[in-house]
Amino acid sequence: MELGAVNGILEKYQAKRTSLISILHDIQDQYNFLPETALKKVASSLQMDLNDLYGVATFYKSFSLVPKGRHSITLCLGTACHVRGGPKVLRQMKKELGIEPGQTTKDKNFSLEVVNCLGVCAIGPVMVVDGKFYGEMNWVRAKRIVEKIMKKENGGRA
Amino acid sequence: MRKIKTIADLERVREQIISGQKKYATVISVCGGTGCHAYGCKKVREQFSRIIRKNGKGQKIKLQFTGCRGFCERGPIVTIQPQGIFYQKVQEKDVPLILAETIEKGKVLDHLLYEGKDLKTKVTAEKDIPFYQRQHRLVLGSNGLVDPTKIEDYLGIGGYRALARALLEMTPGQIIDEVKDSGLRGRGGAGFPTGKKWESCRNSTGDLKYVICNCDEGDPGAYMDRSLLEGNPHSVLEGMIIGAWAIGAQEGFIYVRHEYPLACKNAGTAIIQARKVGLLGHDILGSGFDFDVEIAKGGGAFVCGESTALIASIEGKIGEPKSKQIHTISQGLWGKPTNINNVETWANVPLIIRQGSQWFSSIGTEKSKGTKIFSLVGRVKNTGLVEVPMGITLKEIIFGIGGGPKDGKAIKAVQTGGPSGGCIPASLFDLPVDYDSLTHAGSMMGSGGMIVLDEGTCMVDVAKYFVHFLREESCGKCLPCREGLKRMGEILNEITGGRGNAESLFLLEELATVVADTSLCGLGKTAPNPVLSALKYFRPEFEDHIDRKRCPAGVCTSLIHYSIAEESCVGCGACKKICPAQAIAGKKKQSHRIIPELCSQCGSCRDVCKMNAVWVQ
Amino acid sequence: MLCGSSKGGDMKIKTINITLDGNSIDVDEGSTILQSARQFGIHIPTLCYMENLSPYGGCRICVVEIGKDGRGRTFLDTSCTHVVEEGMVVQTQSPRVIRARKMLAELLVASAPNVKVTQDIAARMGLFAVRFPMEDNRCILCGLCIRMCYEQMGGKALGFVGRGMGRKVSMPFETRPETCRLCRGCDYVCPGVIAPCRGIQEPGELCGKCLRLEEMPMCCPNGTFGCFCERNPL
Repeated sequence: MELGAVNGILEKYQAKRTSLISILHDIQDQYNFLPETALKKVASSLQMDLNDLYGVATFYKSFSLVPKGRHSITLCLGTACHVRGGPKVLRQMKKELGIEPGQTTKDKNFSLEVVNCLGVCAIGPVMVVDGKFYGEMNWVRAKRIVEKIMKKENGGRA
Repeated sequence: MRKIKTIADLERVREQIISGQKKYATVISVCGGTGCHAYGCKKVREQFSRIIRKNGKGQKIKLQFTGCRGFCERGPIVTIQPQGIFYQKVQEKDVPLILAETIEKGKVLDHLLYEGKDLKTKVTAEKDIPFYQRQHRLVLGSNGLVDPTKIEDYLGIGGYRALARALLEMTPGQIIDEVKDSGLRGRGGAGFPTGKKWESCRNSTGDLKYVICNCDEGDPGAYMDRSLLEGNPHSVLEGMIIGAWAIGAQEGFIYVRHEYPLACKNAGTAIIQARKVGLLGHDILGSGFDFDVEIAKGGGAFVCGESTALIASIEGKIGEPKSKQIHTISQGLWGKPTNINNVETWANVPLIIRQGSQWFSSIGTEKSKGTKIFSLVGRVKNTGLVEVPMGITLKEIIFGIGGGPKDGKAIKAVQTGGPSGGCIPASLFDLPVDYDSLTHAGSMMGSGGMIVLDEGTCMVDVAKYFVHFLREESCGKCLPCREGLKRMGEILNEITGGRGNAESLFLLEELATVVADTSLCGLGKTAPNPVLSALKYFRPEFEDHIDRKRCPAGVCTSLIHYSIAEESCVGCGACKKICPAQAIAGKKKQSHRIIPELCSQCGSCRDVCKMNAVWVQ
Repeated sequence: MLCGSSKGGDMKIKTINITLDGNSIDVDEGSTILQSARQFGIHIPTLCYMENLSPYGGCRICVVEIGKDGRGRTFLDTSCTHVVEEGMVVQTQSPRVIRARKMLAELLVASAPNVKVTQDIAARMGLFAVRFPMEDNRCILCGLCIRMCYEQMGGKALGFVGRGMGRKVSMPFETRPETCRLCRGCDYVCPGVIAPCRGIQEPGELCGKCLRLEEMPMCCPNGTFGCFCERNPL
């Protein structure tokens, strides 16, 4: 696994302990997960015990130690989204993708996450697909968005 | 822009900016908050930019992206000055019309206006819209006037004047006295007197001191801090620099949860810009004061909103809270005296220094001064961010500003204070909103989340929701929080699943009391509040679930079943079409029926039925 | 704990006065309530505390009721971490404390009934019924193994992984790092392995294993760290 990018990231943050979480976010953005070799490099660069770093990587929900899917679907489960029907959208997503939150589909196309409040509560229920925010979701619209992506992914292969 | 070295420099720059803006006949402001982004404000702005350039009007019309206006459900929002016109739900296709009709001919477009209570009268001016009319937007108001990525905008409206006064005309002791006299209390939820906190930190021994801005805003349903940091980061930065000067800190951190990427980005830009003009970094404003700020990101942990966990997170550790016997004021980040304040608290500071503590303390109640920003969301007509003076009643907020119930269902309660707070029933809506009144009623004002619940909300479900939320977010260090919340969740699952018994409530209350008593940190200590307050005011609903195996609000799926009223159904087939489980049978023009074994209780049939023929029992 | 020395080198430890279960006592400044109580023979049950390891405050069993000067509101805090302050009034057996400890014991037993120390605490608190669905965990997440490894043995090989209900003790990437010298310090301090109880295998059985320690396998319960025996993949 090519680790050149990790060096660049460590340099960007000057290998500071206070930037550890930002460093891990950048690594995850680069590789779509936190590879073991990258983490070992970060630990030695920051002069941290690997143990402590592993603890941090597993404590914070936004990090994944296994590769995530090509497309990320994040559903907000904040209170406002909850009382506006968020759980129904989640139920539909689980059905459509056949996975539980925190998992990735077998074909590695989708990763499903739930998050406790994205801060756009007035337009709940909120769904984020590949970084794009969608407001006032219902299960029908959610289904359509996923189907569109599925078609694109499968249409790409003959 | 050259470096600003004196107050005279500052004023000169401001004059230049203001006169530079005089050439524009019209200013079009497109809201650039995260909410409006979700509805396509970027495309709207690009379309404006394209057409303005094509028509060669770039010299006469100023187009800007502003901070979050807080009325997200009506986004994208476009306001036009000097006319003061407020357009909502603007789409890309509306742009040419706006430019041609409103800007050129002065004609107002009805279909983009906010509709009044009777849904007939349209409201043109922002100040006349009931949602905004009764607000007192001291802190949040500037969001609509500045582009958060341009320091010139902030300077143009008087920004950093307070910093200049504080650094060059006041001593740290005077600043602390001013903040103390103003009566400002922490806006993050605990409400500790800010001036007193600063004073204790100043008096703590330590060669190095830190100030931190807590933008971890984990309360689900609250987004005031996102809007402020995203929409006007300089106001927060200015407050922090003033505070650092008063306390004697050399370094500061803005801890932003990573779920707020735009707030992170805009805060970062603000820091770079402030450094460039000499308002941050070495020898600020030529005063000899060195202070710099760094952004620290969160990793998706609600517990990191707690001060000791937040500090651990910045130190590159897991967010595990510590005992607070020795306060972070004496030993915080890296063991040094650290002052943590909420985003909104910091944003209030420049206002107090600029306009004086007397002015500030004239707003609000005796013990709760100033304004507070609330996020009014849930089952209410107008959802969004609301800034009001302390002491206003819940009724005024929910009905006066919020416009009352949505979809005609009666409002049952309001949930305040997030997972640390509780619910207040409609019968107590005459309570004033401030730090103390809501606490007496069994809830708390908290950081400002206000979630309105109506007849269609099950209070047992809400209690269950909060317990599950906290279970997910618990750090797992202490037994009562980790195991206690787990078991509380199990009991609530039993109750909503129709398997509760007489012992359930007794056990739940006993467990809740011990969790509150013995937990290490605020998360665990306040975790039982939503459950206990729901039991206090809505015990009959719990008993319904247990004794009669019924969910009166029609929410708990195990206890309800959907059916179609034969007399009301006209056989249009809309429900049959939309049912995801294909559980509805019926011929055209004939009464349909739901097959109970196949029904997944999603409620879609009820949502589409125009005859209100779908019943939930 | 040593402070306030005068010139000439004789070190006098400053004492402060607190009230412990109604007794007015002078204790060393800087000591914890637990240390002070033990000095005076007052017993406070503990689980995740071990002398010579830093106090953790995770199990909350050692909570006591603390007030300032006997008036005003009182609160509960763990005696193993709470440092004594002048004029403090502490109660180690108040009704509030007993109720808390009993419920904590109930939660512990519901989670890990076959760990001897949980049975001990339950017996001490007079607990005979558990009202929660039972599980059978062998690790009670006290963190003693971790602190032993870090503070006494310098191995730094163990740590908490995950969060909340999913928290467990593990080694980085589930592999034993080079810094682990197989010193078995973790085994030594683990309350779950001190005398693992198999549970009652047959009604009325008294296995007596706790009396026949030489026959016990020197291994951690259920492979919590599991590096020492063949059963374990690590």
